[in-house]
Amino acid sequence: MSAVADTHAQDHHHGPAKGMTRWLLTTNHKDIGSMYLIFSFAMFLLGGSMAMVIRAELFQPGLQIVEPEFFNQMTTMHGLIMVFGAVMPAFVGLANWMLPLMVGAPDMALPRMNNWSFWLLPAAFLMLVSTLFMQGGAPNFGWTFYAPLSTTYGPPSTTFFIFAVHIMGISSIMGAINVIATILNMRAPGMTLMKMPLFVWTWLITAFLLIAVMPVLAGVVTMMLMDINFGTSFFDAAGGGDPVLFQHVFWFFGHPEVYIMILPAFGVVSHIIPAFARKPLFGYASMVYAVGAIALLSFLVWAHHMFTVGIPIFGQLFFMYATMLIAVPTGVKVFNWVATMFRGSMTFETPMLFSVAFVILFTIGGFSGLMLAIAPADFQYHDTYFVVAHFHYVLVPGAIFGIFAAAYYWLPKWTGTMYDETLGKTHFWLSFVGMNLAFFPMHFLGLAGMPRRIPDYALQFADFNMVSSVGAFMFGATQLLFLFIVVKCVRGYGEKASAKPWEGAEGLEWTVPSPAPYHTFATPPDVK
Amino acid sequence: MASTPQNNGRSSNTRVVAWCLGGVIGMFGFGFAMVPLYDVFCEITGINGKTAGRYESTQATEADVNRTVTVQFTAQNGPDMPWVFKPEVRSIKVHPGEAITVNFIAENPTTRTMVGQAVPSLAPSEGTGYFHKTECFCFNQQQLEAGERVEMPLVFIVDRALPDTIHKLTLSYTLYDQKLEVPAAETAASESTTTNRNG
Amino acid sequence: MHVHVKRAGALIAGSLLSASALADWQMNMSPGVTDTSNEIFGLHMTILWICVAIGVVVFGVMFWSIFAHRKSKGHKPAHFHENTVVEILWTIIPFAILVIMAIPATATLVDMYDTSESEVDIKVTGYQWRWKYDYIEDDFGYFSNMSTSRDEIYNRMEKSENYLLDVDNPMVIPAGKKVRLLLTANDVIHSWWVPNFGVKKDAIPGFINEIWVKVDKPGTYRGQCTELCGKDHGFMPVVVEVLPEEEYNLWLADQREAAEKERQLTEKDWTLEELVERGEGVYATACAACHGQDGSGGGGGAFPSLRGTPVVTEDIQAHLDIVVNGVSGTAMQAFGAQLSEADLAAVITYERNAWGNNTGEMVTPKEVFDYKNQ
Repeated sequence: MSAVADTHAQDHHHGPAKGMTRWLLTTNHKDIGSMYLIFSFAMFLLGGSMAMVIRAELFQPGLQIVEPEFFNQMTTMHGLIMVFGAVMPAFVGLANWMLPLMVGAPDMALPRMNNWSFWLLPAAFLMLVSTLFMQGGAPNFGWTFYAPLSTTYGPPSTTFFIFAVHIMGISSIMGAINVIATILNMRAPGMTLMKMPLFVWTWLITAFLLIAVMPVLAGVVTMMLMDINFGTSFFDAAGGGDPVLFQHVFWFFGHPEVYIMILPAFGVVSHIIPAFARKPLFGYASMVYAVGAIALLSFLVWAHHMFTVGIPIFGQLFFMYATMLIAVPTGVKVFNWVATMFRGSMTFETPMLFSVAFVILFTIGGFSGLMLAIAPADFQYHDTYFVVAHFHYVLVPGAIFGIFAAAYYWLPKWTGTMYDETLGKTHFWLSFVGMNLAFFPMHFLGLAGMPRRIPDYALQFADFNMVSSVGAFMFGATQLLFLFIVVKCVRGYGEKASAKPWEGAEGLEWTVPSPAPYHTFATPPDVK
Repeated sequence: MASTPQNNGRSSNTRVVAWCLGGVIGMFGFGFAMVPLYDVFCEITGINGKTAGRYESTQATEADVNRTVTVQFTAQNGPDMPWVFKPEVRSIKVHPGEAITVNFIAENPTTRTMVGQAVPSLAPSEGTGYFHKTECFCFNQQQLEAGERVEMPLVFIVDRALPDTIHKLTLSYTLYDQKLEVPAAETAASESTTTNRNG
Repeated sequence: MHVHVKRAGALIAGSLLSASALADWQMNMSPGVTDTSNEIFGLHMTILWICVAIGVVVFGVMFWSIFAHRKSKGHKPAHFHENTVVEILWTIIPFAILVIMAIPATATLVDMYDTSESEVDIKVTGYQWRWKYDYIEDDFGYFSNMSTSRDEIYNRMEKSENYLLDVDNPMVIPAGKKVRLLLTANDVIHSWWVPNFGVKKDAIPGFINEIWVKVDKPGTYRGQCTELCGKDHGFMPVVVEVLPEEEYNLWLADQREAAEKERQLTEKDWTLEELVERGEGVYATACAACHGQDGSGGGGGAFPSLRGTPVVTEDIQAHLDIVVNGVSGTAMQAFGAQLSEADLAAVITYERNAWGNNTGEMVTPKEVFDYKNQ
């Protein structure tokens, strides 16, 4: 702590340094949070433009724009960039900005590590994106990189991909350690665990998940690296290995990973709904327990991604039942949010619109998830567009809308300026319509029998694909509006924000002025 | 800890970091531990048709003559494997409990010495725990000279405890080129042993 | 959710497009033609309706709150924030609903894992990017390649009705008999799926998986590979032809005879023209995907050109070796086991004489046979 205190004493009178070094060397949680958010939005646009390439190719049957090899590179990079480059860093950015403000701490517990964990990310993604320009192209085996397609049959760039995954894994782990240390050690006096804001709770649990599964991801890519370069046979049947083992290890990481991408959004929405319903969150304690239960169950359900690999019947039954169980705590959360709105006094500013859409659309994604959990029915859904629809319904209105809601909710605090409400609402409605137009028809496509990850399709799928592409272009283009709104806000064009611009908002972050000063809570606040 | 104020500083940060790093290292190890764990798990559950290991108490059981089970054999080559590889019989009817010998034929039509290894798999996976191989070429690597042809024996016993619902077992072998460079001298020396072993 | 479905469909159909002749806007799973697929369909609809019902209740309460409890209407917020009884209830009720869902799901699963006696056994092997069907008890097998032409895919020709879902040799099975399929793969993981059968299983290299189908209604059924397996993953359809038993038996006899004839073909005297003619067809299905229809290569240099390159104009033995044994470490597969001697000879002869490679040289099936067995 004295290290932190020292940095403090020095910085206190100076404020931020000038020029590039401010960003390169900063240990300030607000600066690092901003860098994470900017980075993740850049990655969101990059991954999104790859999605546009995919949807453009799928606009009509036949190959028009890209070749199948490149199409596969696009689906792979889109998935990797969105998961590891857009969603995860965005939540780390929110954590950096908000956790110290919410627990009444002057900064993150380990500010220098914080700087390092951010700057690893651009390095990792520079490496990942550079594979696009390598001989043989970028990784083309899907973001799930199943062996042996990714090992024996992978392009030469696979080794760079593995290295990039290692670096982003280290970055995530360091971020998670920092979050845990901050939450456990830096809370203001009087803030007991069960008084912590839900965003803090969800992030604490997320951080534990990260520490539990990112090393497993590192392990599985290390095994790939050894299979490719050092002659081992973890996943190669020719040498006594087993390709299915890859899937078990990958999904042991992969399933908790999808909760890593959604739990912090649960936290965000649990702040915004009470704020705009002007009524305390219903069932705080059960919300915390539900998140804990979801996190624990996430370790017991991985094989539901593998119902078609040939698991014996009792295995299928176990993973089916365990997966269905997740609906219980998830249901509790949805019911609690609805009960919070019930008999409130609601207004619908942009953060609330995104949050309400989050609840509705995430629930629809939950329903399709429940359908997918039913093992015998999964034989028909598996690896079709129904799955694509399902996970885009939980990730786009789940994670992404959660992030948008958070951004609109806290922008006044970050910038000291209110965003333009009309533009914000326009952004919401265009996103909402575009997103549903893009992803709802995918349910139909999957049920009608369209496999995922194909660059071209049979004629009976043509109509809904066209609708889906139109929706996707609409959703994609709309995000430039978000960029405009944020830039406008950052530049200070707009109404000045008060310390607490939202009538019903609760929490320590609203006790500091807007914009939040460079250093906050040098002396800890007292929490009743 | 619950109400810890932020001032008890550095030592508790060190402790948290140490615990977390311990967790990270432990989970990294766990990822690798999943490899042997998975093998054990497969052996117990029969996932992926990994057949039960060597069966030592071969004589102990006597054949259940009232019951017949069809055992089917199929063989395929891995990528780039030019050998001719096939079972001598397509299928055979057996009584659970009796020890059966069948031959697979392998021939190396190329002009160089090659080493192959067959990987076994059994369907349905529910039957894997009840299929015991007492002797199998799949336990060893096979080295064949240019143009050499061998018969490779497999001795197996279908367990009497095989569930009644299973009537047919299919044993599949996939033959993989081990891509080993064999020095010429050693080739000549090992020829006799290879042939002998495969009888 | 169903309401959404209907509304979205009507809205889109009404406003967006004057749908093409082939449009069918299929929105739901088809019940299929087997008992399994019908059971799955029933299960799917049950779960869907339960979800719709839950959705109506939850969203109903929510929309009503949104409508009635808004500040603009002057609604004053209540202050309750917990209620143990309610919270316990909405933990228990969903659990009970899940149990209700699990019962039919378990029953369906048990039915699928039926291992009763089958009458036809077929080994299905996935290759990049084709299927191979081996009739285990009958000693013959063949590859099944997509037959949709590159011209259709690249929009140089009108797309046919079964665009991307047509193959040269479909899998053929008898109607009304239990057929057992043993799935494996040669290179990477593939997945064999026919939606109308309700059957999908991964084909994994080195391992075999078992599934079964029993189709009562003769007809042609189509599906696709559903596990990403590389470049042409979208171009390896599954086509199954279900024949009435007598026709199936005739077909079977034909196949056995053809297999026998194939063996004899290697003994026949071939002319250069015959080989080139046969080779053109073989080339189109086996080679053109990578080396290009006109032999000019592809993949940005990953797949070499065959126009005037030394491999196809110089040493015949080297050419034979590459085609039969492949080139390890590259995408060039060993075709020795995939193609018959006649086809190998034909395609090599074709390559040596097409696109201006007029070497005038030919390789006979006998030579290939001898080469493979030397």
